[in-house]
Amino acid sequence: MPDERPPRYIDGVRSAIAAEMEADPDVVLIGVDVGEGGGVFGATRGLHERFGAERVIDTPIAEAGVLGAAVGAAMAGLRPVAEIMYMDFVSVCLDPIVNQAAKLRYMTGGGARIPLVFRTQTGGGRSSGAQHSQSLEGMLAHVPGLKVFLPSDPRDVHDLLRAAIRDDGPVVFVENRRLYNRRPADGPWEPLPPGRARVVRPGDDVTVIAWGRMVEEVARACDEQLTDVGVELIDLRTLVPLDLETLERSVRRTGRALVVHEATADFGPGAEIATRLSERLLYEIEGPIRRLGAVAAPTPYSPPLEALALPGPEAIAAAVRGLLED
Amino acid sequence: MSTDDHERLLGDLRTMVRIRAFEERVSRHFREGLIPGFVHVSIGQEAIAAGVCGALRDDDYITTTHRGHGHCLAKGLDADGMMAELFGRATGTCGGKGGSMHIADPSIGILGANGIVAAGLPIAVGAALAARRRGTDAVAVAFAGEGTVHSGPFHEALTLAVLWEAPVIFVIENNRFAEFTDSEAMWRGDPLVDRARGYGLHHSERIDGNDVEVVRATIEPLVAAARAGAGPALVEAMTYRVHGHYEGDAVPYRDEAEFERWRERDPIARATAALEAAGHGDAVAAIQADADAEIDAAVERGLAAPYPTAETLLEDVHA
Ligand SMILES: Cc1ncc(C[n+]2csc(CCOP(=O)(O)OP(=O)(O)O)c2C)c(N)n1
Ligand SMILES: [Mg+2]
Repeated sequence: MPDERPPRYIDGVRSAIAAEMEADPDVVLIGVDVGEGGGVFGATRGLHERFGAERVIDTPIAEAGVLGAAVGAAMAGLRPVAEIMYMDFVSVCLDPIVNQAAKLRYMTGGGARIPLVFRTQTGGGRSSGAQHSQSLEGMLAHVPGLKVFLPSDPRDVHDLLRAAIRDDGPVVFVENRRLYNRRPADGPWEPLPPGRARVVRPGDDVTVIAWGRMVEEVARACDEQLTDVGVELIDLRTLVPLDLETLERSVRRTGRALVVHEATADFGPGAEIATRLSERLLYEIEGPIRRLGAVAAPTPYSPPLEALALPGPEAIAAAVRGLLED
Repeated sequence: MSTDDHERLLGDLRTMVRIRAFEERVSRHFREGLIPGFVHVSIGQEAIAAGVCGALRDDDYITTTHRGHGHCLAKGLDADGMMAELFGRATGTCGGKGGSMHIADPSIGILGANGIVAAGLPIAVGAALAARRRGTDAVAVAFAGEGTVHSGPFHEALTLAVLWEAPVIFVIENNRFAEFTDSEAMWRGDPLVDRARGYGLHHSERIDGNDVEVVRATIEPLVAAARAGAGPALVEAMTYRVHGHYEGDAVPYRDEAEFERWRERDPIARATAALEAAGHGDAVAAIQADADAEIDAAVERGLAAPYPTAETLLEDVHA
């Protein structure tokens, strides 16, 4: 019996790649176990059978070489989607990302095009250990030349991945493995392009800005502990480009804002967003714009320690209440 | 076999049986949800850990991988601490902060399991360099899977080891798969041992990794040579990954006939048969009973141990 339910987040990943591969023969998928194995989470299952080994390319464990080759292939006319299995592994292949892909367009005075998606995933909170739990989007957004997309919604993941593949890039596309089985909520849906944040729920008291899995954690905090507070929850969707206008419009009204992310708080993306908003809204906010992120420690394995290390509904609710006291 | 040979084989069997008992319990407790995260077990590959680490001293170094429980046990780590670590408890080897993929005890030369493929190889080279620099005759062994050998750090590690004449032995466990990938499908060109020789390693050999006597007999002279200043060597130990890549992997990609062939070459069954034929049946039975009791106790103590306290969260981030 066909599954009548709306597609899950992970299905959105697969259908986006399939749709773009169908539409454009230059799109290729490349990475460790993306082909016959279908991806370690099953995100690319069936693509190898459908598009063949020439376009869905299994590689040895040689990420620096594979990503470097993806840069070259992009410059020479393909549109590669190169998978980095865990976001933590960008550390072993940063040069092609940071020094090559990010800079080539600029260094060549616009001569080079790098239509390349670095597809990866993160997702702390499940005892994956310090080398399989990191959210490093801040580090990548810090490098001029990289776009960074981080969908939280099962519908957005499809739209944003298709947009990333069509983009002349390079785009770092960050999925969250803990969202892979999510299905979309009921209700109307307005597709948005990259660079546009989404107001997930409106409110008048406090603006909370989040992305990835933290969007649902904030929603949980609102439903379970903040029913008396008018929280405006904004899903940022893309860190680069950053939709300051939507954020500003909201914070101008609420006067208070909190940025919540799974990445470490110290020197994290929240600091950048808070500063940019403060610079624009210095005389219109009721108090400092605050951040909530992971503690400044490698991710611990033990479940109770890891629960303390990452933002959850309790910490989010406490931070929101703290804002109201400012 | 001489009496010495029997004693040595009994000792290596003991190590293998302890590893098997440990891994089988890990597999079970993972299924039951008592172990969080994900785990990779080394069932079927015990002869390599036992034969290699049996030839090492406490002050020698090892680095290992995501599939490192066996190497750590064989190098002298206690099952209690390891099991508690896997349960995420305060009494674990790393206080519950590391988990399966990060077990380490530098005090007995275990410089760490690793979640990053190939990261351990250069680390072992560095440890070997340090041993020489400090004037000791300690050696380092880098355990790695065959999936490692395509990565940059593998090639850089061999290059550096040769250049520095580092007393390091690269032990590549070829268990047929790297995750879901048939490793032969990723191979072109000369066999690994020939490639390694091309880098200038003084010795490079492919061996039966499911025969603990072969592993021992191969590694002992290499360790002695490394201590004496011969420089790096490489061993490719042929074996088979009996479980999935991680626990829970249903191995749809496995060839069942091949799996059965390897099951018949189980390293513990082979050592057991040899020892029983030599009249050591009672000793073998005692080894099995001891290992079961040891791991039972480790599980019991581990499950009774407390979780780490909140105060430890920010400890040991910086020196
Ligand atoms: C740099 C890096 N890339 C990818 C991975 C994901 N990964 C973990 S184990 C593994 C396969 C390793 O195969 P092999 O070296 O043969 O070791 P085995 O699992 O067979 O023991 C892969 C691809 C990783 N941990 N690190
Ligand atoms: Mg392998």
